[in-house]
Amino acid sequence: MDVNTDLAMWSNQLIISAMIVYAVAMIFYAFDLFGGRELKQTEASASSAAKPSNVRRTNRKTTTALLDPPQTDVSAEATTSSGKDKPRRGARIGTALLVLAALLHVAAVLTRALSVMRVPWGNMMEYVLTATVITVIVFLIVNIKKDIRYLGTIVAGGVLLCLGLAITVFYTPAAKLIPALDSYWIAIHVPIAILSTSLLYISAILAVFQILKNAQETKNPKWLRFMRRMPASIDLERFSYTIAAVGFITWTFTLIAGAIWAEVAWSRYWGWDSKEIWTFVVWVIYAAYLHARATRGWGPTKVAVLNLIGIATVIFNFTVVNMYFNGLHSYSGLS
Amino acid sequence: MAKKTADKNAVTQPQLGFIGMCRWAWRQLTTMRVALILLLVLALAAIPGSLLPQRIQDPGRVNTFLESNGAWGQFLDTIQMFDVYSSIWFSAIYLLLMISLIGCVIPRSAQHWKAMRSAPPKSPRRLGRMPGYETFTSATGSAESRESADQDFLDTAQARLKKLGYRTVRHDDHVAAERGYLRETGNLVFHIALLVATLTMAIGSLFGYQGQRILVEGDTFTNSLVAYDSFEPGSYYDADNLPDFRLKLDSFESTFDDQAPGSQFGQPRTFDAEVTATADGKSEKHTLRVNEPVRVGGTGVYLTGNGYAPEVTVKDAKGQVVQSGPQVFIPDGGDPGYTSEGVVKVPDSAGTQMGFVGVFLPTATQNENGELVSSFAELRNPYLVMSGYTGDLGLDDGTPQSVYTIDAENMTEMTDASGNPLLIQLAEGETQKLPDGGSVTFDGVKRYIAVDISQDPTQGLMLVSAIAVLLGLGLSLFIPRRRMWVRIKDGQAEVAALARGEDQMVERAAKDLAKDLADEPDDDPYDPEGDSDEGPDSGPGARSRQG
Ligand code: HEM
Repeated sequence: MDVNTDLAMWSNQLIISAMIVYAVAMIFYAFDLFGGRELKQTEASASSAAKPSNVRRTNRKTTTALLDPPQTDVSAEATTSSGKDKPRRGARIGTALLVLAALLHVAAVLTRALSVMRVPWGNMMEYVLTATVITVIVFLIVNIKKDIRYLGTIVAGGVLLCLGLAITVFYTPAAKLIPALDSYWIAIHVPIAILSTSLLYISAILAVFQILKNAQETKNPKWLRFMRRMPASIDLERFSYTIAAVGFITWTFTLIAGAIWAEVAWSRYWGWDSKEIWTFVVWVIYAAYLHARATRGWGPTKVAVLNLIGIATVIFNFTVVNMYFNGLHSYSGLS
Repeated sequence: MAKKTADKNAVTQPQLGFIGMCRWAWRQLTTMRVALILLLVLALAAIPGSLLPQRIQDPGRVNTFLESNGAWGQFLDTIQMFDVYSSIWFSAIYLLLMISLIGCVIPRSAQHWKAMRSAPPKSPRRLGRMPGYETFTSATGSAESRESADQDFLDTAQARLKKLGYRTVRHDDHVAAERGYLRETGNLVFHIALLVATLTMAIGSLFGYQGQRILVEGDTFTNSLVAYDSFEPGSYYDADNLPDFRLKLDSFESTFDDQAPGSQFGQPRTFDAEVTATADGKSEKHTLRVNEPVRVGGTGVYLTGNGYAPEVTVKDAKGQVVQSGPQVFIPDGGDPGYTSEGVVKVPDSAGTQMGFVGVFLPTATQNENGELVSSFAELRNPYLVMSGYTGDLGLDDGTPQSVYTIDAENMTEMTDASGNPLLIQLAEGETQKLPDGGSVTFDGVKRYIAVDISQDPTQGLMLVSAIAVLLGLGLSLFIPRRRMWVRIKDGQAEVAALARGEDQMVERAAKDLAKDLADEPDDDPYDPEGDSDEGPDSGPGARSRQG
């Protein structure tokens, strides 16, 4: 039925190529995150140097001095020899590779869409394919405003993992839409759902880093050494919150648009279908998360844990609910 | 919000008394902490409904579950696990949450009302403590000239703040300003809209109805109670007032994918039902599709299913036609080949009644085990396979039974000459003799559709509240609410900003305004003498406290 199989094949090839580049980007980012040789050097020189605070700081731009814990001394950077302001080569190469991978990835999505001449959100594979590229794009855009390259390892790694699942477990051959999905609402409801997922995912990794950073600030265990170069946990928390707040709004929109579509398709706007249930659960948990921040007795770590429970429900909603639960909303394309 | 946290002393107060208890409970209920716990409990309570079958979705699956789970199933039923969303416990949670919400919204609305009509508060004495703070020298010179320059400076500052959307008040030595009242307005709109939405959802089902009907090509549906296959009115729905309309299914067409590989092969691509709707004496043709309901007389007609209705003629031993016409066969939901099950009931044959049970295969093919299966959903090799029964169909004893099954308990299966169960296998147009001399003919196939017909008069209100929820949320999360003060004394200017609620831009706001005011060239006579004490990093005049 007029599926351009050549284009669909190209799309698959592009996915593989993008995955390879993502893998390399992830390695470079990991070198940046964990310091690699540079960090070891710094540690070695740290023991010999007079000042213990000459660890190279990398994210200065993003950190408000006022909020920084006193463990760092920015001005010391310029004066000590080993920690002079070297560019973060690992992060730079990582980002350059990530851009390249994203271009391949966008091409993969476009060729897939063109091969069937429709929006590329007809099944789980296509959904993952788009969600991952949106995540990378959101990450790159946020980076223009604020240096969050320290998330690069997890972003590239997560995308790699998801693409791996997309071409194996979720793989669905290119084809036209089933009638139930053939509606302009798919172009409204689904991309916003994807965007929400990407935002909430990035917010969640920030929450993880916030928890780690907090542990490093308070207990400073050895294995968290690499976190020293991270912005203060309070900054990570705020940033995580801001992104989650945007994600919450887009999720609310997704839910409402979904209800309107449900009325058109299934004759009622809300019927407690398993997908509707879990969308509701996700929504309530993020609402609780936003409230917890303003509630006494809820410290930042506890609030961050709510954020992580939130992303867990988002992922559950997409995987387990799609694949194993009975419902009207079974468009995984897997059978 | 700190003000909402529980009054800790209340817990330890002696002799609460009944009123005191109520007050205490109310105060607890309206704390953020309790609202938060209720939210988490609500999320948790919603989950079982996705794990267990629910009556609102599929009563049949609930019954199957109950049959196969004995006492455990009974127990679950007792605690309303199959009606989660109308259960006492689920309702209790969201009712408590709503009460909590009301208790929260009312005082906050009152407070906000007051805040909106009162002036921004005066500057605190020590501005240096504010999260955004800048100080710089604005004017120097003699005491008098400074005095008037200070006043001019404040005028400019006030105008500038006004332009930025701040509400301002001018005091002797400073301007107080506040912006972002819309943040709180948005927050209240959000919470109130949420209340309205919840209420709408709770009562909406009381005033509407939902019904189902199967229509074979050529059938006309007349909107009246008897015409429905199933009908579920809300408690307050007046079924005598069903809107008057008719709907005829002229034809139904579907296409399925015979090119795609793998799991996509055989998937449906289009379902188009051509219908004629008649209301108020006017007839209109529509194409009814899955995502395109037809709306007549305030009622929506939705395409929810479709299938095949083989036309079967049964003659008795005397050659009389005792049954003819399309018989609705129900497709097996999981089978892309539309293998469908159905029955033919023949209550009017002379002597005993007859019944036939079988499957219909749109594209019959033998699979590797030699079994007949349907390999595609379109009619490429339609085949009807049935067995026949004689005896009592049980139609007259009053017990309700499905039109799509036969209770064969009081019937005997037909057998062929050698005594084996009779197998009726018919391609389109074929006829098979029955042992008693009658016959069965497979004449052809018609399509049928299943439609939902429903009315929900509260839908509009729901949409409005949903939009209000979204708008309120946007305002409440992204409008920065901020106070600013610009103070000047003897040419020494201070700009301070205080965020009320989440606001990443406080420092920037103070910085930008300070820069703006310091750059103000016009009524600010430049005096080179006084500029030297500022130190090397004073830049164009503004100096950040934190550097
Ligand atoms: C169905 C239940 C509720 C939902 C879904 C809900 C949702 C929300 C959301 C999304 C926000 C914005 C979050 C933010 O600005 O940080 C918010 C703020 C707020 N809600 Fe609720 N809310 C609910 C019930 C309540 C109740 C019962 C109370 C009162 C006890 C309450 C008090 C507040 C307050 C004080 C804020 C402002 C917090 C802030 O500015 O950070 N909410 N609510």
